[in-house]
Amino acid sequence: MYSSDLYRQIIMDHYQNPRNHRLSEDPDYHTVRLKNPSCGDDITVQVRLCEGRVADCRQNGTGCSICCSSASMMSELLQEKSAEEALELIACFRKMVTGEPCDQDMLEEAQSLAGVSKLPPRVNCATLAWQAAERGILQAEAADGTADVPAGELADGIEEAK
Amino acid sequence: MNPDFLHEIRICPALDPAVRDDFPMTGILSHGRPFAYLNNAATTLKPTCVLNAMDRYYREYGSPIHRGADRIAHKATTAFESVRQTLARFLGTPHPEAVVITGGATMGLNLVCLSYGELVVGEGDEVVVTPNEHHANYVPWQQLCKRKNAKLILAPLDANGCLTPDALESVMTERTRIVACSHITNVMGAAMDLKALAAVAHRHGAVIVVDGAQGVVHERPEVVSWDIDFYAFSGHKLYGPTGVGVLYGRPELLEKMPPVVMGGEMIDLVDVYDTTFREPPWRFEAGTLPVAEVIGLGAAIDYVLELGYCGMQKKVLGLTERAVRGLLALENVHVYNPENAFSGVVSFNIRGVHPHDASSVYDREGIALRAGHHCSQPTMRWLGVGATLRASFAIYNDESEVDRLIEASKKAGDFLDVLF
Repeated sequence: MYSSDLYRQIIMDHYQNPRNHRLSEDPDYHTVRLKNPSCGDDITVQVRLCEGRVADCRQNGTGCSICCSSASMMSELLQEKSAEEALELIACFRKMVTGEPCDQDMLEEAQSLAGVSKLPPRVNCATLAWQAAERGILQAEAADGTADVPAGELADGIEEAK
Repeated sequence: MNPDFLHEIRICPALDPAVRDDFPMTGILSHGRPFAYLNNAATTLKPTCVLNAMDRYYREYGSPIHRGADRIAHKATTAFESVRQTLARFLGTPHPEAVVITGGATMGLNLVCLSYGELVVGEGDEVVVTPNEHHANYVPWQQLCKRKNAKLILAPLDANGCLTPDALESVMTERTRIVACSHITNVMGAAMDLKALAAVAHRHGAVIVVDGAQGVVHERPEVVSWDIDFYAFSGHKLYGPTGVGVLYGRPELLEKMPPVVMGGEMIDLVDVYDTTFREPPWRFEAGTLPVAEVIGLGAAIDYVLELGYCGMQKKVLGLTERAVRGLLALENVHVYNPENAFSGVVSFNIRGVHPHDASSVYDREGIALRAGHHCSQPTMRWLGVGATLRASFAIYNDESEVDRLIEASKKAGDFLDVLF
């Protein structure tokens, strides 16, 4: 367990010094841009899978501290995870910020955002990047033929978050 | 804003502070604190008289309007149509048939665009808007211009976000068909001299379409003496219900306009292969309207006329000036519209803090305000910011709520506290 002071430092550090912040031009990346139309959060996430593992995850965008720090933490957490593990982490994060039980320790630094569960209006800020990564991974799997979903149904593009 | 006009407001008798008790929601708690509702430019709380009027309709005479031959249905129809009379008096027109009941300001503006706009705007014509319009008075015109290969012209605004008659004059041409602007804008809270703007538009043969959603709350529109062609507003920002609004249209223009939505009650004769339509306003009122809400809107209009605009203006001006003064005194706050207190709107940011982060700090203190682009991305572009905070005041707010806003603003830099 960490102290709330440490959590604050982690969040501010990711907010002010975002990781994996440069988007790639490499066509092997699957790019998903999501917006939160009510507040203007706007995050682009790129995922490159290699042999079923997340070979790289990048993110860039604008938004509040929760949205941007969350994207940054996620981009570190998902590196080198298998697609299956990555999807599990995304599901776990979503549970954490909506107050459902989950194994928070597996989220490493991202568990600093557990307090979002006390702020229902901000849940979308926290999950925006994770939702984009999930789509990116599913797209990448579909493109590799490792999933059942046809690639056409998961086309790249700008979309609004639900 | 004209200093003489502000002086008249200041010397007007004050509203009874008990007006707060007319609004049941002023008594609720949020996060264990008295709820300070400072998001009135988004929607207002409702007085008991409005709630009772709607409740009475549903409990005592909730019958169809224009669709029943019985006594009770007649009562409902009479109550509904008497609201149209009230609205006509309120707007300063002798013609109730110039008052179209809509789903709100957005629906009214879209109706003007899709009916009148489609009729008169052709290739190469021009539609003038301002860069501070709400999306409801911007996107319809932008898309109309795209469809028609017409030009969307953005009129310049002064530093306070006001469209002056001279600035409008500078963009008018012989191709200008429509001028679309707000009575009061929703982010900057700039108030327009509509009479002067209408005169400019008319001199160039154009019509003026006014988004009155914010303006109607703070200044009673006089559509005839100001010579306005179209004026749209919503009930819910004027202490009335959601889902209902009004479009005033100059009778001879409404007469020319085709219906956009077709169905029951808007037809004259339906033949096999053709239909003739009823006269305005019924031509534009297809389907069953929100009867209870229309009756609630009538009660809201009666309520504000009883209070009187001068007293309401004085209350809102006083609260807003107090807020502007308090926020300007804080080094960590930037206020975008310090000169527009008449509108009850203060747009600001906490330096170095995203407005969405700040909004959670206010929420924790039981204060509701708006954070974001306020349905006006063009305004955000004009200001050169991504988003702002907006506090907006109404007649039931009090000075202690303004002071809580100022206090919370001092703490907004510690926005991560809300997580722990």
